[in-house]
Amino acid sequence: MSVDDATVRKIARLARIGIADEQVPALASELSAILGWIEQLGEVDTRGVAPMTAVIPNHLAWRVDAITDGGMQAAVLANAPDAASGFFAVPKVIE
Amino acid sequence: MTVLTDLTIAGMKAGLARRDFSAVELTDAHLAAMAAARHLNAFITETPEIARAQAAAADAALAKGEARALTGIPLGIKDLFCTKGVQTTAASKILEGFIPQYESTVSGNLFADGAVMLGKLNLDEFAMGSSNETSAYGKVISPWKAKGSDLDLVPGGSSGGSAAAVSARLVAGATGTDTGGSIRQPASFVGIAGIKPTYGRCSRWGVVAFASSLDQAGPMARTVEDCAIMLTSMCGYDAKDSTSLNLAVPDFAAALTGDLRGKRIGVPREYRLDGMDATIARLWDQGLEWLKAAGATIVDVSLPHTKYALPAYYIIAPAEASSNLARYDGVRYGQRVTPPGANLADMYSATRAAGFGTEVKRRIMIGTYVLSAGFYDAYYTQAQKVRALIARDFEQAWEHCDLLLTPTAPSAAFAFGAKTDPLAMYLNDVFTVPSSLAGLPAMSVPAGLSAEGLPLGLQIIGRPLDEAGVLAAGLAIERAAGFTARP
Repeated sequence: MSVDDATVRKIARLARIGIADEQVPALASELSAILGWIEQLGEVDTRGVAPMTAVIPNHLAWRVDAITDGGMQAAVLANAPDAASGFFAVPKVIE
Repeated sequence: MTVLTDLTIAGMKAGLARRDFSAVELTDAHLAAMAAARHLNAFITETPEIARAQAAAADAALAKGEARALTGIPLGIKDLFCTKGVQTTAASKILEGFIPQYESTVSGNLFADGAVMLGKLNLDEFAMGSSNETSAYGKVISPWKAKGSDLDLVPGGSSGGSAAAVSARLVAGATGTDTGGSIRQPASFVGIAGIKPTYGRCSRWGVVAFASSLDQAGPMARTVEDCAIMLTSMCGYDAKDSTSLNLAVPDFAAALTGDLRGKRIGVPREYRLDGMDATIARLWDQGLEWLKAAGATIVDVSLPHTKYALPAYYIIAPAEASSNLARYDGVRYGQRVTPPGANLADMYSATRAAGFGTEVKRRIMIGTYVLSAGFYDAYYTQAQKVRALIARDFEQAWEHCDLLLTPTAPSAAFAFGAKTDPLAMYLNDVFTVPSSLAGLPAMSVPAGLSAEGLPLGLQIIGRPLDEAGVLAAGLAIERAAGFTARP
């Protein structure tokens, strides 16, 4: 699989990672090399094989449907780059 | 005069119990060693005040006869474990200044058992790497040098700070995490022991997530017994991690014997790679002889899908990483970059462009691609099917053997910049990734030296939940190898 420049830009946009135009060709060739190597998986006959969903079989535990946590607004906001009036603050979304 | 930093954890426990030295003296000796070895860059954050306070509390507990399993033992904590009130970076710029408001379950378990924290250890950024070159806080330098060379060597990765600190006697033991080999490969590179338990034994709560279906914490220490002591404290059911196993944890140290009578050791033929390093191949054969001498029998087994483990891993791990690392968006914690006039989406892109390093971006982009519409089944679903086949290979092998013995890594430690091609770097994990994909317990034990005088480890892989069996074989190899080399 060869990844072209447009695909690199699309992946970067989906991943919300800003990339400069001059980085695109190098990324395209790196990603192409890695994806090309990964493609050998296509050789494996997996007909009738269920994809793994749990590494070690385990039952999800039930718990009481009760509020057991909360009341820690200050701790939740303690690491926020920007907080105001008890909320996370972000750049304006709607003009 | 005993050099306190040379003692094993078991030796420190005995010395503290006999009052040969105090926990404060033991901690001070380690703090002095850390100060003298800052050029290794093993720590991102040193915590001497916390260490001295914990050591004083340990001395008080010892005086009252209330010692626990790790009372007064000075440890390093990989900077991937959230530590309440102490910066936790995952070696990424994006988390610079992040002060967790809670304690990870595993580090909390260690402190509840009396351990002393010397500091937070360097690693590859978000645990993505095999050489510790991807840390945003500078590379960790191995305390080892090749014979007749002054060239700096990598400590392995991602738990490279942990490996370097344990090997250089800056800490008695350290926590590591292992996603595809990040405990075992660095342990092998610096001549120490390290075990990744069965997936689910150690809680992942409070451990910065890389690939959640693979991430597992484990101890790194200078002896197999020390690993067993730490592992017993680290394991345990935790309702806060939905994949935590609700099972009793044996006292691994108390149960430790190197008796392998009646055990069958499998040798997976697919691990004997073409062009394998001759010293490593010889060491592997030697290891089998040692286990035979300890009472085991040796059987050949086949793990036919071995060659597909790495490509499957490099779909699954980046896919999970791209999802896990979506949380670093400059809103709730960590760094934020807001270009002039930026809207929310611009802020996300700028924050992540500035905050993540090259390898992390590469893996997020691979993960995003393989999970994107139209490619999901061809890549991700196929990889999870291959993963099921790899797990089945191991299940079939367990019909013929109880444990597997393999080399830990395909080479000894290499120099910085030796592997600039990402694919060449990924191949470091060729022997460790299959057992990670299958969630099995596996450990590396130092077994010998390369022609250049650098440590080489052997890997023991066990059935699910058979950490005790893995540790027993590890002890047998440790005893037979008599590995006394040090940096």
